[in-house]
Amino acid sequence: MTAKKTPVFVQRRTYRRRRVADGARLLPVFGGILFLIPLLWEGDPAGAEAVPDGARTAWVMTYLFVVWFGLAVLSGVLARFLVAEDDGGDEEGES
Amino acid sequence: MVTLNVLVLVCLLYVAFLFAVAFGADRAALVGRGTWLRSPIVYTLSLSIYCTAWTFYGAVGFAARSGLEFVTIYLGPTLVMIGWWWTLRKMVRVGRSQRITSIADLISSRYGKSNTLAVFVTLVAVIGLTPYIALQLQSVTLSFATFAEADPFTDAPPSQQSTAFWVAAGLAVFTILFGTRNLDANERHHGVVMAIALEAVVKLFALLAVGVFVVWGLAGGVDEILARIDSSPIARWEVPGSRWVGLTLLSAAAFMCLPRMFQVMVVESEDEDHLRMAAWAFPTYLMLMSLFVVPIAVMGLELMPEGANPDLFVLTLPLRNGQEGLAILSFLGGFSSATSMVIVAAIALSTMVSNHIVMPIWLWSTGGGAMVSGDVRSVALLARRLSIAMILFLGYCYFRLSGGGTALAAIGLISFVGVAQFLPALMGGLFWRGATRSGALAGLGVGFVLWLYCLFLPSFGASEIMPYSVMRNGPLGIGWLRPQALFGADGMDPVIHAVMWSLLLNTCTFLGVSLLTLPKPIERLQGAQFVNVFQHSQTPGSWSGGLARSEDLMIMSQRIMGASEAQAMFSKEARKQGIAGYLPEPTPDFLQMLERELSGSVGAATAHAMISQIVGRATVSVEDLMAVADETAQIMEYSSKLEAKTEEQARTARQLREANEKLTQISVQKDAFLSQISHELRTPMTSIRAFSEILRDSEGLSEEERNKYASIILEEATRLTRLLDDLLDLSVLENGQVVLNSQTGQLSDMLDRAVSAAGVQDRLRIHRRREAEKITLHTDLDRLAQVFINLISNAGKYCEAPDPALTIRPQAENGNLVVDFIDNGPGIPTDQQAMIFEKFSRIGQTKAGGAGLGLAICREIMGRLGGDITYLPGQEGAAFRVVLPLREAATVQAAQ
Repeated sequence: MTAKKTPVFVQRRTYRRRRVADGARLLPVFGGILFLIPLLWEGDPAGAEAVPDGARTAWVMTYLFVVWFGLAVLSGVLARFLVAEDDGGDEEGES
Repeated sequence: MVTLNVLVLVCLLYVAFLFAVAFGADRAALVGRGTWLRSPIVYTLSLSIYCTAWTFYGAVGFAARSGLEFVTIYLGPTLVMIGWWWTLRKMVRVGRSQRITSIADLISSRYGKSNTLAVFVTLVAVIGLTPYIALQLQSVTLSFATFAEADPFTDAPPSQQSTAFWVAAGLAVFTILFGTRNLDANERHHGVVMAIALEAVVKLFALLAVGVFVVWGLAGGVDEILARIDSSPIARWEVPGSRWVGLTLLSAAAFMCLPRMFQVMVVESEDEDHLRMAAWAFPTYLMLMSLFVVPIAVMGLELMPEGANPDLFVLTLPLRNGQEGLAILSFLGGFSSATSMVIVAAIALSTMVSNHIVMPIWLWSTGGGAMVSGDVRSVALLARRLSIAMILFLGYCYFRLSGGGTALAAIGLISFVGVAQFLPALMGGLFWRGATRSGALAGLGVGFVLWLYCLFLPSFGASEIMPYSVMRNGPLGIGWLRPQALFGADGMDPVIHAVMWSLLLNTCTFLGVSLLTLPKPIERLQGAQFVNVFQHSQTPGSWSGGLARSEDLMIMSQRIMGASEAQAMFSKEARKQGIAGYLPEPTPDFLQMLERELSGSVGAATAHAMISQIVGRATVSVEDLMAVADETAQIMEYSSKLEAKTEEQARTARQLREANEKLTQISVQKDAFLSQISHELRTPMTSIRAFSEILRDSEGLSEEERNKYASIILEEATRLTRLLDDLLDLSVLENGQVVLNSQTGQLSDMLDRAVSAAGVQDRLRIHRRREAEKITLHTDLDRLAQVFINLISNAGKYCEAPDPALTIRPQAENGNLVVDFIDNGPGIPTDQQAMIFEKFSRIGQTKAGGAGLGLAICREIMGRLGGDITYLPGQEGAAFRVVLPLREAATVQAAQ
């Protein structure tokens, strides 16, 4: 009874796999944008000493490391998916 | 206190330990045990040679000077690594499928295996990496000096120069021992990779340990350190946007272009799949390496005295706080960072130098190329060892020249900008089929010159190489050519200025020249191979082995790969081809395989050149392009074979059809013969019987009448006899039972006899040339005369011209007597010419009462006499040619 469903299932898997590959390609762009965001928080140009709401190194550092860690995790997840998709091409009955 | 001697001892022990690990790993790989050597974790850790002493010491210094900006150096590689699906995967795939040995090899392979390009890339890489090597020497020297200062037992610490020299020498020996034990770069340096992975763990652990000590030991916790960062001189987030973006891009470019990164990432790669783990593990490693940099810098700025070198905070903070064990660990971490970088960089550079510069020159200078005596392997190894020594010496020279006082990060950035010049050619080569060799050379040249002018030469400070006046006012006072304010770009950061101009103009030149020039066939071929590597990971330029000599190939391979390996490979290939012994046929496949094997040892360009020297062809022909592009050639060959077969079959069919036609004709002839012969026999028999009956039954016949009837009977009987004689004659001739009676005579006499015997003088004029007939014959004259008589009487009977004439034209030709009998009649129609020599064949309606046996008898007679009689077409009338060999006659005469 799954005979009819299998092709659709495979197609959907292929589709997913292509989107995961797209995601893997987009990830560095996404990461790059995230790493650029602190530039927007820059306080006044050099010379303006007492700007209370200027961004602090400690804050930016925390942000950067959180993003960094998040990117590493995301990259790991995507890499794992790419593995699963590549290897599991002919064992669609499993999942 | 830790004395300097203890430190040296620790260093030596550590190096010995590394060497043991490398040796063990090599042994394990040799016996095939070390599957763990090829695990993705080792691959990931080996990538960490990106973090050199620059990271270990320099990052803290960088942070102390410019705050968070240091992190850009690690953000770039992070972005490249998480984008592995795009670029790194392709590089690794290309590297594996083309057996690439270095980044110079990759670029030269892509652009048509151009050795010029390889030499240029190698030179840029060597010059570009010199500051980087100097950086490592400087860091190790500084760390030694730090301990020396703290050493109470050393009165006069050794000078920095001498320390740097000994460090350089030691590293050279270490690298030679490590890296040049085996030649085939494609066999991969398992030992080196293992040692690097171990060093990666050591430096991470050391830096984390120092970080933990600083945060929890000195500062007193996470909140505390965040507060201290907030109140430190680098508390404000004030990074210029141009530097933030520029340095991130620069580090991303350098990550892909650095020869040592290429070595571990592509050349030493065991499995493309290892990138999957590296994709997340390597960014994590970089993040951990960067995690405690700012805290250490902040605490260093706070605790260390004014003027202390911030590059050494990692070392001096524990040392000052009495943590000697931690200080030694930290020293080992820095030492690990420096040594692993130098080892891999030197291996990568020496491979490039020996493959692309030394080996081609050596092969060229020895004239005969691969055919000279001597072991190429030893030359290659020697070249690599000397290159390693030279590279370290150059690094030492840079250290001496730059004075050893510059910030580590500043030195490193110079190198980064230098190698980043490969980026346009590399990326263009991987993603754009239109990129050409000229474009790559031009772009690289422009970028290199700008880098030298804007960054490398000014890095020595205002000196003899680049005087202060040039720095300030530009060469010859031309303001817009000032090295650090090119084209009026005033007030920019020097590094960003150099990155912008060199990469921008490099890329533009590369694109522009590529658009304008036409690539050679082999470039287009390689371009398709590289850009579409995922569609078809198949063959590059193929060889046609027509001229190749297997033995020469084997001699060459033995010199490069070693005798036993080469013999094993050749005999394996021979077995595969079904040939006994060591010499396989030089098929294109085999030549290609051989070239790849050799390119593992001497680089693609050299291997290609060596094989083409033996095979006798340096370029790829259009046929090769076709063969590689498609299976068209095979299909064409197959169809041409089919065509030939079809033609052959058509020929056979035609022959069969002809034979069949002839058989049918003969069958018809046989029927005709039977009816003919019965008719021929019956006609005289009928009249004989009729007249006999009249003679018997009729009374009172006059004497005259009786005579008349009797003579009719006699005449008919004679005709019957003659017919039977002819038949008998033919039968005798056909069965070869005829006995020839050789006589000697004159042709003219024979013709006289024949003409008179034929009895046609009254109705046929005969043209003869008496002087041409003076030929002596030795043959069966009676039989020959019979042929002549037949031909002459035929002419008399069948020539329908109003004034019949026969020309008899004898001539001696090529030892043959040729006699032509040509009349002036209508001749014989073409379709019947083949039939006239058959029995009972008569042309058209039988006008004269011949039996149709004459010409058949003639043919048989001439056959017996060793000659021939043929119909001669294309004359004014019917023409027959009688050919009789004269030589035979002569020899027969001589024998008598």
